This record gives sequence, C-alpha cells and structure tokens, in this order.
Amino acid sequence: MNAPAAPAGSLLTAEELRKAYGPTLALDGAGFSIHPGEVVAVMGPSGSGKSTLLHCLAGIVPPDSGSIMYAGREMATMNDAERSALRRSEFGFVFQFGQLVPELTCVENVALPLRLNGTSRKEAEKTALDWMRRLEVDDLAKKRPGEVSGGQGQRVAVARSLVTGPRVLFADEPTGALDSLNGERVMELLTDAARSTNAAVVLVTHEARVAAYSDREIVVRDGKSRDMERAV
Amino acid sequence: MSIGHTLLGLLESGPRHGYDLKRAFDEKFGHDRPLHYGQVYSTMSRLLKNGLVEVDGIEAGGGPERKRYAITDAGVTDVERWLATPEKPEEYLQSTLYTKVVLALLTHRNAGDVLDSQRSEHLRSMRILTDRKRHGDLADQLVCDHALFHLEADLRWLELTAARLDKLRAEVAE
Ligand SMILES: Nc1ncnc2c1ncn2[C@@H]1O[C@H](COP(=O)(O)OP(=O)(O)OP(=O)(O)O)[C@@H](O)[C@H]1O
Ligand SMILES: [Mg+2]
Repeated sequence: MNAPAAPAGSLLTAEELRKAYGPTLALDGAGFSIHPGEVVAVMGPSGSGKSTLLHCLAGIVPPDSGSIMYAGREMATMNDAERSALRRSEFGFVFQFGQLVPELTCVENVALPLRLNGTSRKEAEKTALDWMRRLEVDDLAKKRPGEVSGGQGQRVAVARSLVTGPRVLFADEPTGALDSLNGERVMELLTDAARSTNAAVVLVTHEARVAAYSDREIVVRDGKSRDMERAV
Repeated sequence: MSIGHTLLGLLESGPRHGYDLKRAFDEKFGHDRPLHYGQVYSTMSRLLKNGLVEVDGIEAGGGPERKRYAITDAGVTDVERWLATPEKPEEYLQSTLYTKVVLALLTHRNAGDVLDSQRSEHLRSMRILTDRKRHGDLADQLVCDHALFHLEADLRWLELTAARLDKLRAEVAE
C-alpha cells in the first residue's frame, strides 16, 4: 500500500500514527504536517494525546505504527544514533518548566547544546549571548537558574532551544507556568525568533491566547487529530 | 439566537403541535425568556411560507396552537447548515452556542464538530487581534487585549462544554 503523498513543501509530516501505552491508546490514527517557517498550534483536551504526538514527531518516542517523514526521510528507517543527531542539531525543545541545569549559569545553559555538538566554549557562549540578547535576558548570563524568575528562566530556555538554529522547534505548553503578561512576551519573542530563522514551530497549548500566535491549529481528541484548516 | 432554527431542530425528532413546540423550547432553551405564543405562530408561519415545515394535521377546536407541524427535507438541510456555520465571534454568544450544542446532541449530530468549528472561527479573530496588538501602540494593545480576553472566555466555556458533552447528552435526552 502506498502512503498518501505528503503535502507539497512540508518539512515534517506524520500519517496514521498509532501509539498505545498498555491498554491506553494515546494516538489512534493521528496525522500532522508543517512547513518551514510555520507555527502550528496543537490543541485539545487533557489526555487527548498532544504530548504523545509531539514526542513521536520529535523522534523521542517511536509510534507503534504509522509514518513520520522529516525532510524527505522516513524516521522509522533511521537508527538511534541518527535520530539523536537529528534531535541535537535539527530540533529544538521547550517544555512547560524550563528544565535548565541548576548547576550551570544561564549562559552555560544556553550554550550547552552547542557544546554537546562540539563547538568550542568561547564560540558557544558568544552565540548563546546573542540569543539571550534577542530574548532580552542577556543581563542574566552569569546567574544560575535558581536565581531568576519563572518568566526569565523560560526565556533562557527558549534561547537555548534556538541556539543551534533548529529547523523545527517543539514547544509543549511553553507558557504553561507563566502569568499572561510573561506568557505573551515569551510567545512574541519565540515566534519572532522562529520566523526570523524560518524554523517551524510545533506549539502544544490549551490556551487560546497562546494559540493565537500560531498560523493555524490542529485539534487532537481521543488520539485522533483534526486539521481545522483543511476541514473547512 | 435564531428561534426559527431552534424550533426547526426540535421538529426533527417528529411532528409537534404549536403548544408542544413552545413547551419544549421553554423547557430546553427558554429558562430566562419563555416564548410568547405570538412568536411561535409568527415563526411557524414564516417557516411554512419558506417550505421548511408543513402542516401535518389540525386538532379539533381550531386555533393556531392546534396545528401539528412537520419538518420538511428543506428544513432539515436548513438546520444542518445553521449548525455547521460558526457564529461570528461577538460578545455574549453563549445562548446561541448553547442552543447549537444541545440541538446537535438532540438530533444525534456531532456536537464536537460544532465546538471545533466555533473554536476555529474564534481563533481566526484572535489571530487578527494578536497581530494588531504586536504592531500597535499601547492603546491598541489594551483595546485588543480586552477583545482577546472576551473571546478567550467564550472559548474556555466552549472547552468546558466539550469536556462535558457526554453528561450533557444524557441530560438532554431525558
Ligand atoms: N509514558 C506513558 N505511560 C503510560 N501512559 C501514558 C504515557 N504517556 C502518556 N500516556 C497516556 O496517554 C494518553 C495521552 O497522554 P498525553 O500526555 O499525550 O496527553 P496530553 O494531550 O498531552 O494531555 P495534557 O494536556 O494533560 O498534557 C493519556 O491517557 C496518558 O495517560
Ligand atoms: Mg501534555
């Protein structure tokens, strides 16, 4: 059987994803597609499978069946090393709680993905500081995560997610722990930064005001996805 | 809220007399504002004229409340179209949206679809406001934020309703 053709020009496409955790069917035929530079909100009730979808798309969790194509390659055919290289250099991640390394300073945190890719310390921290400036947190460079506010920490986390120049940014409730003013500022900076580098953003959120920063939304319910643009 | 569409939707489960229609409407949708008989008759005569309902029988005794109405195929199509068309995002939509969801459940349509298409329509407006906010001055931002919070309130209510659809379905079926 031939898989249906991916929408023209899409960077990341998934079809018919199924994923069970024991008796729980977390994904039940979900699909997804995103173009470079596009921000797509993934909405839907709690427990509907949004995070599972994001984890599958990012190659963190393998689906039980279905296809995920990234830049023309089927992810299932990659080995673990290839998939983790992809996550390190092509993908960026932001989660609800920044998940910064508490022992490192903020600039070291932001520089970390570059260091892991073999960039020299000096070079990495210079690039890191550029990104911190864009996210308006460069003055926190020498502080440790425990010494900054939740909103500031989240901006540091966004800077870290963008420092390698990812082609896809995966954000799971990136503003979930912030008040509305900080949340909106993070969304503004995040989407500006992503647009300027033509990165695609997969944005999981249940907040409409956050989803309003997207170009379009899909709705996940009971592990099935609905593309609201194409549904019309 | 469209009384015509609501009465039509109530007729989908079977023909009803004028008085029975009014009672069903008041019970399900008219808690704060029951219909006047006059509204029922003027609405039904308009629906008759437009071919969306037909007279299915008249009880002895006469009077318009004694007429029994049945929905026509054109009437079903009309309800279908109304439910599928999202409302323009405005303030105080609640009663129309509630009516649509309940009617979708009563007529065994997918109420989740009503909610999804309305969310999509709201988000369309919210994107425009968000964009204006990003490029505007502080006054623009405050005005847009006010509208955004109101639209968000609609949506939060929608999400909550969606999460309770199964319960609502059971209650509506009573
Ligand atoms: N690692 C896991 N082990 C077992 N069950 C899991 C696991 N991850 C997710 N699930 C289950 O899969 C379903 C989908 O979970 P998922 O985290 O994708 O939902 P979600 O839409 O992200 O919810 P939320 O909005 O609450 O974050 C849920 O029923 C959840 O309990
Ligand atoms: Mg989740």
